[in-house]
Amino acid sequence: MEHRFLIHRRGDHVGVAVADIDQGERVVGIYMDDDSSIEVAALDAVPLGHKIAVAAVAAEAAVLEYGIQIGTAPTGFAQGAHVHTHNIKSARW
Amino acid sequence: MVALDGFRRENGRVGVRNHVVILPVDDLSNAACQTVAAQVPGSLPLPHAYGRLQYGDDLDLFFRTMIGTGANPNVAAAIVIGIEPNWTARIAEGIAATGKPVQAFSIEGKGDLEVVRQASHAAQRLMQHASELRREPVELGELTVSIKCGESDTTTGLGSCPTVGVVVDQLVEAGATVFFGETPELTGGEHLIAERCATPELRARFTELYRRYVDGIESHGADLFGSQPTQGNIAGGLSTIEEKALGNIEKTGSKPVIGVLEPAEAPGNGAGLYFMDSSSAAAEHITLMCAGGAVLHIFPTGQGNVIGNPVEPVVKLTANPHTAATMVEHVDLDVSGLLRRELTLDRAGEQLLELVGRTANGRLTCAETLGHREFVLTRLYPSA
Repeated sequence: MEHRFLIHRRGDHVGVAVADIDQGERVVGIYMDDDSSIEVAALDAVPLGHKIAVAAVAAEAAVLEYGIQIGTAPTGFAQGAHVHTHNIKSARW
Repeated sequence: MVALDGFRRENGRVGVRNHVVILPVDDLSNAACQTVAAQVPGSLPLPHAYGRLQYGDDLDLFFRTMIGTGANPNVAAAIVIGIEPNWTARIAEGIAATGKPVQAFSIEGKGDLEVVRQASHAAQRLMQHASELRREPVELGELTVSIKCGESDTTTGLGSCPTVGVVVDQLVEAGATVFFGETPELTGGEHLIAERCATPELRARFTELYRRYVDGIESHGADLFGSQPTQGNIAGGLSTIEEKALGNIEKTGSKPVIGVLEPAEAPGNGAGLYFMDSSSAAAEHITLMCAGGAVLHIFPTGQGNVIGNPVEPVVKLTANPHTAATMVEHVDLDVSGLLRRELTLDRAGEQLLELVGRTANGRLTCAETLGHREFVLTRLYPSA
């Protein structure tokens, strides 16, 4: 199956859609650091460029991308969720 | 990589364009400068909004920006016009220290029309002078290149910024000088830059400039969400400043940071990668880096920033397939194949370096053909 999202690093909680993903689709993502893949069922529609959760994150926990914290998840989210400004906040400003 | 031909200036520095600039010292002198440029087509007026009642560090930055712009190796010769003679002479003398021809005119006691007459004659002679200057073979390592991304989205961190990072490493290995900046937009990844500073002194200086800028922003107590990240960034999928910064930093490559510069400051530590304290706003940023001596700018974009600069050509690339398709007249290089994994990062880097070489040799960028000449001064304080 052709990949629909890319993940920067192993251990990241999110990947980036490189094509529009529909709600309910099963989609494959590729880890850019080791070319391994993961399959995820999309809980929400995720437009190109937006993030899809590859792992669940607990409420108030740190969210990793590039292997580094990009913010926190105030209410947490499940694998397959659309991750954006509604469920992730800057830890800086 | 194509063989390079550039303009070697009187001071030995290499330019890739051959402009005769008509530089107003102040807002009041824009009209005269634009009239001169209309009389002598091909000369380049640089109107701006400032130059009156500035003081202290803000005035120093103003002079550094104006002198640096005129002194840039892409400029063959300059006309400077101001309302009064003293600041006009200060800028003209600063530019003339490079050895290039400069002529200065002031308006008080003569009026616009007489100054336009005199300056138009001077501009005509300088255009003829510049027209006889010839390109000659130059090395990649003789270029000073600036980088900054804009209207970023997540494709910037996935594709276009890593492509620039490959080229930045190659430029530095070839002995070139590269500037990056966007001080507030390093937030969340500032430790990555601090770790790459070549000495503890540079690390302390970088940290001091970073804190100074971010403390200044935070002192206003405003909610930055929607400003940084921008509305365009958010539409493109970026959720936080940290995420934006990590994508941004991808374009700086992997080399050590060998110098930390004030805005518009010329480098003083030899060739290599420099951090320049600067706004993340594209027009301001490129204007500062051009004043610091950059002759070519590489600009990764996600959602489609349309920026240009009057003095240094701006080469744009995108990895966003929508932007590459819908804003084709603004995109010099489409690397969206990286997202589909049809294009390798090494190959994308080769394509970009090739385009940098052709642009240095005179190929017009998309922004140049469309007349994008954003010349925007950075202000530190309100006027006195």
